[in-house]
Amino acid sequence: MSSQDDPPENGLLGADPDDRPRPRGRRNSQGIRIDPEVEAERSPRRTTITALVQNEPGVLSKVSGLFSRRQYNIESLTVGTTQETEWSRITVVVEEPDPNIDQIEKQLDKLVPVIHTRELDENAVARELVLVKLDAEDPAKVHAITEMYDGRTLDAGPRTVTVELTGSERKIDDALDALRQFGVREIARTGQTALARGETKTSTVPDDLKP
Amino acid sequence: MSSEQAVPTEESGDAEGTPDPVSTGAASVVRALENAGVEYLFGVQGGAIMPVYDALYDSEMRHITMAHEQGAVHAADAYGIVSGDPGICMATSGPGATNLVTGIADADMDSDPVLALTGQVPTDFVGSDAFQETDTTGVTRPITKENYFASDADTVGDVVGEAFAMAKRGRQGPTLVDLPKDVTNAETDREPGPARTPDTYRPAETADEATVTAAAEAFAAAERPVILAGGGVIKAEASAAVREFAIDHEVPVVTTMPGIGAFPEDHDLSLKWAGMHGTGYANMALTMSDCILAVGTRFDDRLTGGVETFAPDAEILHVDIDPAEISKNVEADYGLVGDARAVVGQFADAVVGSPDTDAWCEQCAEWKREYPLDYHIDEDAPVKPQFVVEAVDAATGDDTVVTTGVGQHQMWACQYWTYTEPRTWVSSHGLGAMGYGVPAAIGARYAADDDQSVVCFDGDGSFLMTCQELTVAAREELDITVFVLNNEFIGMVRQWQDGFFEGRRMASEYDWMPEFDTLAEAFGAKGFRIDTYDDVEDTIEAALAYEGPSVVDVHIDPEEDVFPMVPSGGDNGLFALRGDHL
Ligand SMILES: Cc1ncc(C[n+]2csc(CCOP(=O)(O)OP(=O)(O)O)c2C)c(N)n1
Repeated sequence: MSSQDDPPENGLLGADPDDRPRPRGRRNSQGIRIDPEVEAERSPRRTTITALVQNEPGVLSKVSGLFSRRQYNIESLTVGTTQETEWSRITVVVEEPDPNIDQIEKQLDKLVPVIHTRELDENAVARELVLVKLDAEDPAKVHAITEMYDGRTLDAGPRTVTVELTGSERKIDDALDALRQFGVREIARTGQTALARGETKTSTVPDDLKP
Repeated sequence: MSSEQAVPTEESGDAEGTPDPVSTGAASVVRALENAGVEYLFGVQGGAIMPVYDALYDSEMRHITMAHEQGAVHAADAYGIVSGDPGICMATSGPGATNLVTGIADADMDSDPVLALTGQVPTDFVGSDAFQETDTTGVTRPITKENYFASDADTVGDVVGEAFAMAKRGRQGPTLVDLPKDVTNAETDREPGPARTPDTYRPAETADEATVTAAAEAFAAAERPVILAGGGVIKAEASAAVREFAIDHEVPVVTTMPGIGAFPEDHDLSLKWAGMHGTGYANMALTMSDCILAVGTRFDDRLTGGVETFAPDAEILHVDIDPAEISKNVEADYGLVGDARAVVGQFADAVVGSPDTDAWCEQCAEWKREYPLDYHIDEDAPVKPQFVVEAVDAATGDDTVVTTGVGQHQMWACQYWTYTEPRTWVSSHGLGAMGYGVPAAIGARYAADDDQSVVCFDGDGSFLMTCQELTVAAREELDITVFVLNNEFIGMVRQWQDGFFEGRRMASEYDWMPEFDTLAEAFGAKGFRIDTYDDVEDTIEAALAYEGPSVVDVHIDPEEDVFPMVPSGGDNGLFALRGDHL
């Protein structure tokens, strides 16, 4: 109801924005409290996330939907079966700042068919497979370089050679750089798949969920 | 009936109250709902869902036929909010299912418990673009908590039970089961088991003790603490625990918009709600706070404004059942994952001593005096909408349920009404879906007690989107009262155009509106009209007294704006009080 100090016809009484007390601090655009002088944002880093999931229709679409609607930058996403036919492993390589990596893990974990999710450390065993189809003008030289990177020739014809390479992302990038001189016609990469090294478990499964 | 419960005798099938054994997939769907304690279903018939409807013919559950599937899902949503149990809506395949999409998205954004059952073309036709086929699970995957394609008559009842349980447990939300016609038609004698969530779904009950202890220490050391109560407080039945804690420690309480009702707004410690059109004092308190105990909120941008300026001095103690909400939008210094009621209890036990809040409470009281919600009255000018909201509040009891559409009227309905009880404020927050108000009032009416009033504040634009549901209210003789705050504008858009588009009122003038009181009569409801301040009190009284649905066409000041206002992505502390602050 109207007070003695009648408010303006359209709006309210009260101090102007400029006359109000102000807090000292600040957050960055990621919502993290920061030193106002520095104002640093967390920058992106490349990392591998692994998820053990139950095989059921729609899992992959749920996982990929999760990434696409949040506009996360996925470098690769691989899926395949595991020691249990009921389970699949999904390996995702992303390049995102920490708050987003944290979000990815939590969002993945939230999906009902997901049994366990975590980020792998740098020590993990990680491999990728690539097929490269090259011009076959100098087959011997192609072969030599392929061997150098422990690759194999899968198909050799009069005009093309197709080779297979497996290894760490880094090694594959290097091999591809070396092979480019022969004229690359086509490349197919699988994306990285990975397991934790040694005795460390890649995924932990609650006892009652074990098949 | 399970074999352990009773030894089957020859007569048992005929005995009073003993249902017939399940014979089809559809009967199993119905049995699963009965087992879950469902009383009402809201829906619209159609080809692919007909077997389920046929099975309902013999059920004690009440099906409320709605005029549009959007009405069915909003009614179910409101039923879920007011009762705390999942609201059920049903639709046929294709257009029936797509008409549910808005309401499902709405329930998803607000974490409302809703179970949608949709018909689907027979399994053999799926993928062939058959008549009325839509990939319903595909369409609704991003807007459901979980959805299911039922593929087997023997298990369809269990799937429905699981979907029901998933809608309610943990962070609530909408679930959907798509029911192909061959599956519901198929024969089965399998009785569904009790409704249960899958083993992989394990929301934490209580928060990590060490984090609780650390957070409690931070809280006790605070100088300017605020409790921020979100919709999750109400969903988790944690309102009483929050009240007790706030009063014990004399901590001011701000709610989010969905959290309205979690704390009595007539209490000294209440600062009402914060955000874009929240009170100036709530926004000041959050902005200047050094410690926010946030319970069951997802830090929506309508609440925070730009995150850079959101409570920049505050340590954030975030309680939420959903771990993915912790540090999603605003970084939490302490993430307390668990059921809000349990965690508030843990937290209360862990807090040693109280922060000294005398000076801080005095500061908040001063902000209340400095930035009151108020409006200008000129008896000769058109009626101010705020006056109408206050008058209806005064004419009804504390437990009255208020539903709204989306727009300026929605903001006035939360600013100028004093909410004191949880589950009395029913609105579309995260999605902001115009048309929510009337069907929500219908759903709320079924969930509310008989002596609780149900009123709806709607805008002329919002009302026009779903007013056909009045036919349902008339048919069922539902006692609801709709106040259309009619400004002949889609007012919120008009306000933004005036503020941010140099007053170029493109497509926001609604001076082609029907006479809503006459329209109401055509639908079988009672129509009233308010033009001047003199009409207000008597008309409200008459409309509320009318036993059945009534619509009051309230002609309000078309140029009235909603203040305070934090422009989108702005700084909460710099809320505008007048147009010249924008
Ligand atoms: C379904 C839908 N369409 C469009 C909008 C955008 N919108 C937000 S508020 C608003 C105006 C609402 O007008 P009205 O219902 O007359 O309420 P008022 O603001 O005048 O109170 C519009 C068009 C929306 N929120 N929902």
